[in-house]
Amino acid sequence: MSRLYEVMFIVRPDVVEEEVDKLIAGFTTNVTNGGGVVKNVDKMGKRKLAYMVRKFNDGNYILMTIEAGGPVVLELERRLRVSEPIIKFITVRIDEEEKRLAKVKALRGVRRPSQAAVAAPAAQAPAAEAPEAIPASA
Amino acid sequence: MSDETVKAPETSAPAPQSERPSGGPGGPGSGPGDRRPGGRPGGSGGPGGRGKFFRRKKVCKFCTEKIDAIPYRDVRLLQGFVAERGKIVPRRLTGVCTKHQRRLTKAIKQARNIALLPFATRH
Repeated sequence: MSRLYEVMFIVRPDVVEEEVDKLIAGFTTNVTNGGGVVKNVDKMGKRKLAYMVRKFNDGNYILMTIEAGGPVVLELERRLRVSEPIIKFITVRIDEEEKRLAKVKALRGVRRPSQAAVAAPAAQAPAAEAPEAIPASA
Repeated sequence: MSDETVKAPETSAPAPQSERPSGGPGGPGSGPGDRRPGGRPGGSGGPGGRGKFFRRKKVCKFCTEKIDAIPYRDVRLLQGFVAERGKIVPRRLTGVCTKHQRRLTKAIKQARNIALLPFATRH
């Protein structure tokens, strides 16, 4: 019953790089202890915030992709909320979205070979007609 | 059973009588409804109830480019659908189809929550 989640959180801009790494390491151990898998950690770097959050104008964005069960994510969110250097976070569930995207892509993959076969003779026919029409009009 | 047969003509008798008074408000009630018969098919495609002319049919950007997912992280994509003050632009101005407008709105609201887009600018 593993679900795919995407957690994005903002760390205060005045914390040191190693502190940020320590935080991330702490969260990853949390997830793995709970029986989840951390798929990806992406440090998006310092960005200007669209509005002031806790008197800061910019922050360090970090994106984590996690595959875990519900209680693990609940615990992670609790820690994010309590953690002092983290000023904002959002958790989005993406496994349904991935399923839908995979379905659409599969449909497109099935459709394209048949469409290419139809398009090829259709392209040849007007191409054959066009050079014949030009000398006729001249 | 005998009561029912007696009741039946009685129930049918008041029915036409009750229809007549409802015919009164029904007549003028349908008046504002067909005030602009030509504008209604035009109003759905163009600006809100302006005239009989269709505005050129804008196509949905996501449908043509076959963009399936609208992630909240993609700020540049979302900013094209957000006005200067930070408000979400309505579908009739951008030409987005309903399905994608709903997803777009969800993504914009998520982006606003994580401070990638503002809630409102220039107070």
